[in-house]
Amino acid sequence: MKYGYYPGCSLEKNAASYNMSTLAVAKPLGIEFQELEDWNCCGATEYMTLNRMAAYALITRNLALAEKQLTDGKQVAAPCSMCFLNMAKADHYLSEDATLAKNVNLALAAGDLHYTPGSVRARHLLEIMIEDIGVEAIASKVTKPLSGLKVAPYYGCLITRPGYLSKFDDYEYPTSLDKIMKGLGATVVDYPMKAHCCGGHMTQISQAVALELIRQLLQNAAEYEADIIVTLCPMCQLNLDAYQGDVNRFFKTKYHIPVLYFTQMMGLAFGFSAGELGIGKELVDARQALAKIGVQVPEAEPTKKKKPSKEELPMPRMPEES
Amino acid sequence: MAEATTQARAPTIFDRVVAATPGTPRLEMCIQCGTCGGSCPSGADMDHTPRALFAMIKAGMETQVLSSNTPWYCVSCYYCTVRCPQEVHVTDLMYTLKRFSIQEKYYQDSSSADAPPFSQTFIHYVENYGRSFELGLATWYHLKYHPLDMPKIMPMATGLLRKGRIDITPKKIKGMDNLKAILAKAKELEGEI
Repeated sequence: MKYGYYPGCSLEKNAASYNMSTLAVAKPLGIEFQELEDWNCCGATEYMTLNRMAAYALITRNLALAEKQLTDGKQVAAPCSMCFLNMAKADHYLSEDATLAKNVNLALAAGDLHYTPGSVRARHLLEIMIEDIGVEAIASKVTKPLSGLKVAPYYGCLITRPGYLSKFDDYEYPTSLDKIMKGLGATVVDYPMKAHCCGGHMTQISQAVALELIRQLLQNAAEYEADIIVTLCPMCQLNLDAYQGDVNRFFKTKYHIPVLYFTQMMGLAFGFSAGELGIGKELVDARQALAKIGVQVPEAEPTKKKKPSKEELPMPRMPEES
Repeated sequence: MAEATTQARAPTIFDRVVAATPGTPRLEMCIQCGTCGGSCPSGADMDHTPRALFAMIKAGMETQVLSSNTPWYCVSCYYCTVRCPQEVHVTDLMYTLKRFSIQEKYYQDSSSADAPPFSQTFIHYVENYGRSFELGLATWYHLKYHPLDMPKIMPMATGLLRKGRIDITPKKIKGMDNLKAILAKAKELEGEI
Protein backbone atom coordinates (compact mmCIF):
# COMPACT_ATOMS: atom_id res chain seq x y z
CA MET A 1 0.00 0.00 0.00
CA LYS A 2 1.29 3.42 -0.97
CA TYR A 3 0.71 6.67 0.91
CA GLY A 4 1.99 10.20 0.82
CA TYR A 5 3.94 10.94 3.97
CA TYR A 6 3.83 14.17 5.93
CA PRO A 7 6.20 13.82 8.89
CA GLY A 8 5.70 17.35 10.25
CA CYS A 9 8.33 19.43 12.04
CA SER A 10 8.35 17.41 15.28
CA LEU A 11 9.32 14.21 13.53
CA GLU A 12 12.41 15.87 12.09
CA LYS A 13 14.04 16.24 15.47
CA ASN A 14 12.16 16.24 18.76
CA ALA A 15 10.15 13.16 17.77
CA ALA A 16 12.82 11.63 15.50
CA SER A 17 12.26 8.31 17.23
CA TYR A 18 8.63 8.37 16.04
CA ASN A 19 9.86 8.88 12.49
CA MET A 20 12.50 6.14 12.74
CA SER A 21 10.09 3.60 14.19
CA THR A 22 7.31 4.49 11.73
CA LEU A 23 9.59 3.98 8.75
CA ALA A 24 10.99 0.78 10.29
CA VAL A 25 7.63 -0.93 10.87
CA ALA A 26 6.24 0.21 7.51
CA LYS A 27 8.49 -2.22 5.62
CA PRO A 28 7.33 -5.55 7.10
CA LEU A 29 3.72 -4.35 6.86
CA GLY A 30 4.08 -3.59 3.15
CA ILE A 31 3.49 0.14 3.52
CA GLU A 32 5.28 2.43 1.09
CA PHE A 33 5.61 6.07 2.13
CA GLN A 34 6.33 8.84 -0.35
CA GLU A 35 7.39 11.92 1.60
CA LEU A 36 5.83 15.12 0.23
CA GLU A 37 8.57 17.13 -1.39
CA ASP A 38 9.25 20.50 0.26
CA TRP A 39 6.39 20.30 2.75
CA ASN A 40 5.98 23.16 5.20
CA CYS A 41 4.93 23.43 8.84
CA CYS A 42 1.16 23.14 9.38
CA GLY A 43 1.15 26.08 11.81
CA ALA A 44 0.05 23.88 14.73
CA THR A 45 -2.53 25.75 16.80
CA GLU A 46 -0.59 28.99 16.53
CA TYR A 47 -1.38 30.30 13.06
CA MET A 48 -5.15 29.94 13.51
CA THR A 49 -4.74 32.37 16.37
CA LEU A 50 -3.16 35.04 14.22
CA ASN A 51 -4.56 34.99 10.71
CA ARG A 52 -7.33 32.79 9.40
CA MET A 53 -6.62 32.96 5.67
CA ALA A 54 -2.86 32.59 6.10
CA ALA A 55 -3.41 29.62 8.42
CA TYR A 56 -5.59 27.83 5.88
CA ALA A 57 -3.26 28.73 3.01
CA LEU A 58 -0.25 27.38 4.92
CA ILE A 59 -1.97 24.04 5.55
CA THR A 60 -3.45 23.83 2.08
CA ARG A 61 -0.05 24.34 0.45
CA ASN A 62 0.78 20.85 1.71
CA LEU A 63 -2.49 19.44 0.42
CA ALA A 64 -1.81 21.07 -2.94
CA LEU A 65 1.67 19.51 -3.02
CA ALA A 66 0.06 16.14 -2.26
CA GLU A 67 -2.52 16.60 -5.02
CA LYS A 68 0.28 17.37 -7.46
CA GLN A 69 2.91 14.85 -6.35
CA LEU A 70 0.88 11.74 -5.49
CA THR A 71 -0.22 9.52 -8.30
CA ASP A 72 -2.35 6.73 -6.85
CA GLY A 73 -4.88 7.01 -4.06
CA LYS A 74 -3.90 10.52 -2.95
CA GLN A 75 -3.85 9.73 0.73
CA VAL A 76 -1.44 11.41 3.12
CA ALA A 77 -0.32 9.72 6.30
CA ALA A 78 0.45 12.02 9.21
CA PRO A 79 1.89 10.53 12.41
CA CYS A 80 1.38 13.79 14.35
CA SER A 81 -2.16 14.36 15.59
CA MET A 82 -1.96 18.14 15.13
CA CYS A 83 -0.70 17.85 11.54
CA PHE A 84 -3.39 15.28 10.81
CA LEU A 85 -6.13 17.42 12.30
CA ASN A 86 -5.03 20.58 10.50
CA MET A 87 -5.05 18.86 7.11
CA ALA A 88 -8.40 17.19 7.75
CA LYS A 89 -9.83 20.44 9.07
CA ALA A 90 -8.65 22.52 6.12
CA ASP A 91 -10.05 20.02 3.64
CA HIS A 92 -13.35 19.91 5.53
CA TYR A 93 -13.85 23.68 5.64
CA LEU A 94 -12.61 24.22 2.10
CA SER A 95 -15.22 21.70 0.95
CA GLU A 96 -17.94 23.35 3.01
CA ASP A 97 -17.11 27.03 2.62
CA ALA A 98 -16.86 28.17 -1.01
CA THR A 99 -15.57 31.65 -0.11
CA LEU A 100 -12.78 30.20 1.99
CA ALA A 101 -11.88 27.76 -0.81
CA LYS A 102 -11.86 30.57 -3.38
CA ASN A 103 -9.64 32.80 -1.29
CA VAL A 104 -7.24 30.04 -0.31
CA ASN A 105 -6.85 29.15 -3.97
CA LEU A 106 -6.26 32.80 -4.86
CA ALA A 107 -3.45 32.78 -2.30
CA LEU A 108 -2.05 29.46 -3.56
CA ALA A 109 -2.09 30.83 -7.11
CA ALA A 110 0.53 33.36 -6.00
CA GLY A 111 2.79 30.32 -5.58
CA ASP A 112 1.57 28.53 -8.72
CA LEU A 113 -0.36 25.98 -6.75
CA HIS A 114 -4.00 24.92 -6.60
CA TYR A 115 -6.00 22.61 -4.41
CA THR A 116 -9.30 20.94 -5.24
CA PRO A 117 -11.19 20.43 -1.97
CA GLY A 118 -11.81 16.76 -1.28
CA SER A 119 -9.07 15.48 -3.58
CA VAL A 120 -6.58 14.43 -0.88
CA ARG A 121 -7.48 12.35 2.14
CA ALA A 122 -5.51 13.07 5.31
CA ARG A 123 -5.14 10.01 7.54
CA HIS A 124 -3.55 9.60 10.91
CA LEU A 125 -0.97 6.83 11.04
CA LEU A 126 -3.00 4.97 13.69
CA GLU A 127 -6.06 5.08 11.46
CA ILE A 128 -4.07 3.49 8.63
CA MET A 129 -2.71 0.83 10.96
CA ILE A 130 -6.10 -0.16 12.35
CA GLU A 131 -8.25 0.25 9.22
CA ASP A 132 -6.01 -0.54 6.26
CA ILE A 133 -3.48 -2.95 7.78
CA GLY A 134 -5.54 -4.45 10.59
CA VAL A 135 -4.71 -6.01 13.94
CA GLU A 136 -4.42 -9.52 12.50
CA ALA A 137 -1.81 -8.54 9.93
CA ILE A 138 0.11 -6.62 12.61
CA ALA A 139 -0.08 -9.56 15.03
CA SER A 140 1.15 -11.90 12.29
CA LYS A 141 4.47 -9.99 12.15
CA VAL A 142 5.14 -10.35 15.88
CA THR A 143 8.27 -12.35 16.64
CA LYS A 144 8.91 -11.04 20.17
CA PRO A 145 5.59 -10.58 21.96
CA LEU A 146 5.47 -7.86 24.60
CA SER A 147 4.19 -10.36 27.16
CA GLY A 148 4.09 -9.13 30.72
CA LEU A 149 4.40 -5.43 29.86
CA LYS A 150 1.56 -3.32 31.24
CA VAL A 151 0.74 -0.58 28.79
CA ALA A 152 -1.49 2.48 29.24
CA PRO A 153 -2.72 3.50 25.76
CA TYR A 154 -2.82 7.29 25.50
CA TYR A 155 -4.65 8.86 22.54
CA GLY A 156 -4.87 12.52 23.50
CA CYS A 157 -7.42 14.81 21.86
CA LEU A 158 -6.95 15.47 18.23
CA ILE A 159 -6.88 12.01 16.75
CA THR A 160 -10.56 11.38 17.39
CA ARG A 161 -11.89 14.89 17.89
CA PRO A 162 -13.68 16.52 16.25
CA GLY A 163 -13.60 13.87 13.51
CA TYR A 164 -13.94 16.16 10.49
CA LEU A 165 -13.27 13.62 7.78
CA SER A 166 -13.35 10.25 9.44
CA LYS A 167 -14.64 8.92 12.70
CA PHE A 168 -12.52 5.81 12.95
CA ASP A 169 -12.66 5.60 16.72
CA ASP A 170 -14.74 6.77 19.65
CA TYR A 171 -13.92 10.26 20.92
CA GLU A 172 -14.71 9.51 24.56
CA TYR A 173 -13.15 6.08 24.91
CA PRO A 174 -11.17 5.04 21.84
CA THR A 175 -9.93 1.44 21.56
CA SER A 176 -7.92 1.09 18.33
CA LEU A 177 -4.55 1.51 20.03
CA ASP A 178 -5.63 -0.92 22.78
CA LYS A 179 -6.32 -3.54 20.10
CA ILE A 180 -2.95 -3.07 18.44
CA MET A 181 -1.13 -3.32 21.78
CA LYS A 182 -3.04 -6.51 22.63
CA GLY A 183 -2.11 -7.84 19.19
CA LEU A 184 1.54 -7.28 20.12
CA GLY A 185 1.04 -9.39 23.25
CA ALA A 186 1.13 -6.55 25.80
CA THR A 187 -1.21 -6.31 28.77
CA VAL A 188 -3.37 -3.24 28.21
CA VAL A 189 -4.47 -1.57 31.43
CA ASP A 190 -7.69 0.37 31.68
CA TYR A 191 -6.84 4.04 31.25
CA PRO A 192 -9.91 6.20 31.79
CA MET A 193 -8.05 9.41 30.90
CA LYS A 194 -6.80 8.05 27.59
CA ALA A 195 -8.52 10.75 25.52
CA HIS A 196 -7.90 13.69 27.85
CA CYS A 197 -5.73 16.61 26.87
CA CYS A 198 -2.02 16.86 27.75
CA GLY A 199 -2.29 20.65 27.73
CA GLY A 200 -0.72 21.24 24.32
CA HIS A 201 1.28 24.46 24.45
CA MET A 202 -0.04 25.44 27.90
CA THR A 203 3.37 24.60 29.41
CA GLN A 204 4.53 27.86 27.82
CA ILE A 205 1.47 29.93 28.73
CA SER A 206 0.52 28.81 32.23
CA GLN A 207 2.76 26.26 33.87
CA ALA A 208 0.41 25.69 36.79
CA VAL A 209 -2.47 24.75 34.47
CA ALA A 210 -0.28 22.60 32.22
CA LEU A 211 1.50 20.69 34.95
CA GLU A 212 -1.80 19.82 36.63
CA LEU A 213 -3.16 18.38 33.37
CA ILE A 214 0.01 16.32 32.92
CA ARG A 215 -0.05 15.22 36.56
CA GLN A 216 -3.59 13.88 36.21
CA LEU A 217 -2.56 11.77 33.23
CA LEU A 218 0.49 10.38 35.02
CA GLN A 219 -1.49 9.72 38.20
CA ASN A 220 -4.16 7.86 36.27
CA ALA A 221 -1.56 5.63 34.58
CA ALA A 222 0.13 5.04 37.96
CA GLU A 223 -3.18 4.08 39.59
CA TYR A 224 -3.67 1.40 36.99
CA GLU A 225 -0.07 0.23 37.49
CA ALA A 226 1.09 0.81 33.94
CA ASP A 227 4.77 0.12 33.24
CA ILE A 228 4.69 2.42 30.27
CA ILE A 229 2.46 4.98 28.52
CA VAL A 230 2.15 4.49 24.79
CA THR A 231 1.26 7.48 22.64
CA LEU A 232 0.77 8.50 19.03
CA CYS A 233 1.36 12.25 19.17
CA PRO A 234 4.67 14.16 19.51
CA MET A 235 3.09 16.86 21.70
CA CYS A 236 1.63 14.27 24.09
CA GLN A 237 4.99 12.50 24.24
CA LEU A 238 6.88 15.73 24.90
CA ASN A 239 4.52 16.89 27.63
CA LEU A 240 4.32 13.59 29.49
CA ASP A 241 7.99 12.70 29.07
CA ALA A 242 9.97 15.94 29.12
CA TYR A 243 7.80 17.66 31.73
CA GLN A 244 7.54 14.63 34.04
CA GLY A 245 10.52 15.97 36.00
CA ASP A 246 8.86 19.38 36.35
CA VAL A 247 5.65 17.72 37.53
CA ASN A 248 7.61 15.80 40.16
CA ARG A 249 9.37 18.96 41.33
CA PHE A 250 6.16 21.03 41.35
CA PHE A 251 3.91 18.50 43.11
CA LYS A 252 6.64 16.69 45.08
CA THR A 253 5.63 13.43 43.39
CA LYS A 254 7.79 10.55 42.22
CA TYR A 255 6.31 9.48 38.93
CA HIS A 256 8.58 7.43 36.71
CA ILE A 257 6.51 6.27 33.77
CA PRO A 258 8.31 6.12 30.42
CA VAL A 259 6.38 7.38 27.40
CA LEU A 260 7.01 5.68 24.05
CA TYR A 261 5.40 5.84 20.61
CA PHE A 262 3.13 3.01 19.53
CA THR A 263 5.33 2.39 16.51
CA GLN A 264 8.30 1.81 18.84
CA MET A 265 6.29 -0.89 20.61
CA MET A 266 5.33 -2.41 17.25
CA GLY A 267 8.99 -2.37 16.21
CA LEU A 268 10.11 -4.13 19.38
CA ALA A 269 7.48 -6.83 18.89
CA PHE A 270 8.53 -7.22 15.24
CA GLY A 271 12.11 -7.90 16.38
CA PHE A 272 13.81 -4.57 15.63
CA SER A 273 16.48 -3.46 18.08
CA ALA A 274 15.83 -0.61 20.50
CA GLY A 275 18.44 1.51 18.70
CA GLU A 276 16.75 1.10 15.31
CA LEU A 277 13.54 2.49 16.84
CA GLY A 278 15.10 5.52 18.52
CA ILE A 279 14.48 4.07 21.97
CA GLY A 280 16.80 5.83 24.42
CA LYS A 281 15.84 9.35 23.32
CA GLU A 282 13.08 9.58 25.93
CA LEU A 283 13.93 11.59 29.04
CA VAL A 284 12.13 9.27 31.46
CA ASP A 285 14.34 6.21 31.25
CA ALA A 286 12.52 3.27 29.67
CA ARG A 287 15.25 0.70 30.37
CA GLN A 288 13.75 -0.67 33.56
CA ALA A 289 10.31 -1.17 32.00
CA LEU A 290 11.67 -2.70 28.82
CA ALA A 291 13.94 -5.06 30.75
CA LYS A 292 10.70 -6.85 31.69
CA ILE A 293 10.42 -7.98 28.09
CA GLY A 294 14.13 -8.61 27.68
CA VAL A 295 14.94 -5.47 25.66
CA GLN A 296 18.37 -3.89 25.96
CA VAL A 297 18.44 -0.11 25.42
CA PRO A 298 21.66 1.51 24.19
CA GLU A 299 22.89 4.85 25.51
CA ALA A 300 21.56 7.71 23.37
CA GLU A 301 24.15 9.52 21.32
CA PRO A 302 24.62 13.14 22.36
CA THR A 303 24.05 15.89 19.81
CA LYS A 304 27.26 16.41 17.86
CA LYS A 305 28.50 19.95 17.57
CA LYS A 306 28.65 20.81 13.90
CA LYS A 307 31.01 23.31 12.44
CA PRO A 308 28.83 26.05 10.95
CA SER A 309 29.09 25.97 7.17
CA LYS A 310 28.93 29.00 4.90
CA GLU A 311 25.35 28.15 4.03
CA GLU A 312 24.46 27.85 7.70
CA LEU A 313 21.56 30.02 8.62
CA PRO A 314 22.19 32.78 11.12
CA MET A 315 20.37 32.78 14.44
CA PRO A 316 16.99 34.26 13.64
CA ARG A 317 16.10 37.73 14.73
CA MET A 318 13.38 38.45 17.22
CA PRO A 319 9.98 38.91 15.66
CA GLU A 320 9.01 42.52 15.17
CA GLU A 321 6.92 44.15 17.84
CA SER A 322 3.31 44.23 16.79
CA MET B 1 -20.42 38.06 5.53
CA ALA B 2 -23.91 39.33 6.16
CA GLU B 3 -25.75 40.56 3.06
CA ALA B 4 -26.05 44.31 2.79
CA THR B 5 -29.47 45.48 3.81
CA THR B 6 -31.22 48.75 3.13
CA GLN B 7 -30.97 49.76 6.76
CA ALA B 8 -27.35 50.27 7.70
CA ARG B 9 -26.53 48.72 11.04
CA ALA B 10 -23.07 48.43 12.48
CA PRO B 11 -22.21 44.75 12.77
CA THR B 12 -22.37 43.55 16.35
CA ILE B 13 -19.66 41.45 17.96
CA PHE B 14 -21.98 38.48 17.37
CA ASP B 15 -22.17 39.20 13.61
CA ARG B 16 -18.44 39.71 13.37
CA VAL B 17 -17.53 36.52 15.24
CA VAL B 18 -19.84 34.42 13.10
CA ALA B 19 -18.58 35.97 9.87
CA ALA B 20 -14.93 35.39 10.76
CA THR B 21 -15.37 31.72 11.70
CA PRO B 22 -15.11 29.15 8.92
CA GLY B 23 -18.12 27.05 7.98
CA THR B 24 -21.31 27.46 10.00
CA PRO B 25 -20.31 27.91 13.64
CA ARG B 26 -23.92 27.70 14.96
CA LEU B 27 -23.26 30.24 17.71
CA GLU B 28 -26.93 31.24 17.75
CA MET B 29 -27.83 27.66 18.71
CA CYS B 30 -26.25 27.81 22.19
CA ILE B 31 -28.85 26.89 24.82
CA GLN B 32 -26.64 27.73 27.81
CA CYS B 33 -26.49 24.14 29.06
CA GLY B 34 -22.88 24.38 30.24
CA THR B 35 -21.67 21.09 28.75
CA CYS B 36 -18.73 22.97 27.19
CA GLY B 37 -17.41 24.40 30.44
CA GLY B 38 -18.03 21.13 32.26
CA SER B 39 -15.94 19.28 29.69
CA CYS B 40 -13.11 21.80 29.58
CA PRO B 41 -9.79 20.70 31.13
CA SER B 42 -8.87 24.29 31.94
CA GLY B 43 -12.40 25.58 32.59
CA ALA B 44 -11.63 26.17 36.26
CA ASP B 45 -8.90 28.67 35.34
CA MET B 46 -10.98 30.65 32.85
CA ASP B 47 -12.48 34.05 33.64
CA HIS B 48 -15.69 32.90 31.99
CA THR B 49 -16.73 29.43 30.82
CA PRO B 50 -17.47 29.21 27.08
CA ARG B 51 -21.21 29.17 27.85
CA ALA B 52 -20.97 32.45 29.75
CA LEU B 53 -18.76 33.97 27.07
CA PHE B 54 -21.32 33.10 24.37
CA ALA B 55 -24.08 34.75 26.42
CA MET B 56 -21.87 37.83 26.71
CA ILE B 57 -21.33 37.86 22.93
CA LYS B 58 -25.09 37.76 22.40
CA ALA B 59 -25.44 40.61 24.92
CA GLY B 60 -22.92 42.69 22.95
CA MET B 61 -20.38 42.88 25.79
CA GLU B 62 -17.49 43.32 23.37
CA THR B 63 -14.84 44.71 25.71
CA GLN B 64 -15.43 42.10 28.40
CA VAL B 65 -15.49 39.27 25.85
CA LEU B 66 -12.29 40.27 24.09
CA SER B 67 -10.34 40.97 27.26
CA SER B 68 -11.35 37.68 28.89
CA ASN B 69 -8.62 35.09 29.36
CA THR B 70 -11.04 32.35 28.26
CA PRO B 71 -9.91 31.93 24.62
CA TRP B 72 -6.27 31.85 25.75
CA TYR B 73 -6.93 29.05 28.20
CA CYS B 74 -8.58 27.00 25.45
CA VAL B 75 -6.21 24.07 24.81
CA SER B 76 -8.01 23.16 21.54
CA CYS B 77 -8.91 19.65 22.74
CA TYR B 78 -12.38 19.79 21.15
CA TYR B 79 -14.19 18.07 24.04
CA CYS B 80 -16.66 20.97 24.15
CA THR B 81 -17.22 20.79 20.40
CA VAL B 82 -17.96 17.06 20.21
CA ARG B 83 -20.11 17.06 23.34
CA CYS B 84 -22.19 20.15 22.54
CA PRO B 85 -25.79 18.98 22.08
CA GLN B 86 -26.38 21.90 19.71
CA GLU B 87 -23.23 21.27 17.67
CA VAL B 88 -21.83 24.72 18.29
CA HIS B 89 -18.27 24.91 16.94
CA VAL B 90 -16.86 26.03 20.28
CA THR B 91 -13.15 25.52 19.55
CA ASP B 92 -13.33 27.31 16.18
CA LEU B 93 -15.14 30.20 17.86
CA MET B 94 -12.34 30.41 20.43
CA TYR B 95 -9.80 30.76 17.61
CA THR B 96 -11.84 33.62 16.17
CA LEU B 97 -12.01 35.33 19.57
CA LYS B 98 -8.24 34.99 19.91
CA ARG B 99 -7.75 36.71 16.56
CA PHE B 100 -10.10 39.56 17.47
CA SER B 101 -8.45 39.95 20.83
CA ILE B 102 -5.06 40.37 19.13
CA GLN B 103 -6.27 42.58 16.27
CA GLU B 104 -8.00 44.92 18.67
CA LYS B 105 -5.26 44.67 21.31
CA TYR B 106 -7.58 43.55 24.08
CA TYR B 107 -5.41 40.59 24.99
CA GLN B 108 -3.03 42.90 26.84
CA ASP B 109 -5.74 43.41 29.45
CA SER B 110 -6.26 39.69 30.05
CA SER B 111 -4.33 37.56 32.50
CA SER B 112 -2.83 35.72 29.50
CA ALA B 113 -1.04 38.59 27.84
CA ASP B 114 1.91 36.27 27.07
CA ALA B 115 -0.04 33.84 24.92
CA PRO B 116 -0.17 35.87 21.67
CA PRO B 117 3.58 36.58 21.66
CA PHE B 118 4.16 32.84 21.92
CA SER B 119 2.05 32.25 18.80
CA GLN B 120 3.76 35.18 17.05
CA THR B 121 7.24 33.89 17.86
CA PHE B 122 6.31 30.41 16.63
CA ILE B 123 4.91 31.77 13.38
CA HIS B 124 7.87 34.10 12.87
CA TYR B 125 10.02 31.02 12.25
CA VAL B 126 7.41 29.35 10.07
CA GLU B 127 7.05 32.46 7.90
CA ASN B 128 10.80 32.82 7.47
CA TYR B 129 11.94 29.21 7.25
CA GLY B 130 8.82 27.19 6.40
CA ARG B 131 9.32 24.95 9.40
CA SER B 132 9.00 25.47 13.13
CA PHE B 133 12.14 25.86 15.23
CA GLU B 134 11.74 24.78 18.82
CA LEU B 135 15.04 25.98 20.23
CA GLY B 136 14.61 29.48 18.83
CA LEU B 137 11.01 29.62 19.95
CA ALA B 138 11.69 28.50 23.52
CA THR B 139 14.81 30.65 23.90
CA TRP B 140 13.50 33.90 22.50
CA TYR B 141 10.08 33.61 24.06
CA HIS B 142 11.47 32.90 27.50
CA LEU B 143 14.24 35.48 27.29
CA LYS B 144 11.78 38.14 26.32
CA TYR B 145 8.69 37.28 28.35
CA HIS B 146 9.78 34.98 31.16
CA PRO B 147 13.48 35.64 31.78
CA LEU B 148 13.15 34.62 35.41
CA ASP B 149 11.83 31.24 34.32
CA MET B 150 14.98 30.46 32.32
CA PRO B 151 16.59 28.46 35.13
CA LYS B 152 13.34 26.53 35.55
CA ILE B 153 13.26 25.34 31.94
CA MET B 154 16.95 24.49 31.84
CA PRO B 155 16.77 20.89 33.17
CA MET B 156 14.25 19.96 30.50
CA ALA B 157 16.02 21.88 27.74
CA THR B 158 19.42 20.36 28.52
CA GLY B 159 17.78 16.93 28.76
CA LEU B 160 16.37 17.32 25.26
CA LEU B 161 19.70 18.64 23.95
CA ARG B 162 21.59 15.76 25.50
CA LYS B 163 19.26 13.28 23.83
CA GLY B 164 19.66 14.97 20.47
CA ARG B 165 16.06 16.13 20.33
CA ILE B 166 16.68 19.82 19.63
CA ASP B 167 18.08 21.37 16.46
CA ILE B 168 20.69 24.06 16.94
CA THR B 169 19.76 25.93 13.76
CA PRO B 170 16.46 26.19 11.88
CA LYS B 171 15.78 24.24 8.71
CA LYS B 172 14.67 26.15 5.65
CA ILE B 173 12.43 24.73 2.95
CA LYS B 174 13.44 25.11 -0.71
CA GLY B 175 10.29 26.89 -1.82
CA MET B 176 10.55 29.78 0.62
CA ASP B 177 9.77 32.39 -2.05
CA ASN B 178 6.77 30.37 -3.08
CA LEU B 179 5.52 30.10 0.50
CA LYS B 180 6.09 33.79 1.20
CA ALA B 181 4.11 34.79 -1.89
CA ILE B 182 1.23 32.55 -0.81
CA LEU B 183 1.16 33.90 2.73
CA ALA B 184 1.41 37.53 1.59
CA LYS B 185 -1.57 37.06 -0.73
CA ALA B 186 -3.53 35.24 2.00
CA LYS B 187 -2.96 38.07 4.45
CA GLU B 188 -4.05 40.61 1.86
CA LEU B 189 -7.25 38.64 1.31
CA GLU B 190 -7.93 38.28 5.03
CA GLY B 191 -7.72 42.05 5.29
CA GLU B 192 -10.46 42.41 2.71
CA ILE B 193 -12.95 40.32 4.64
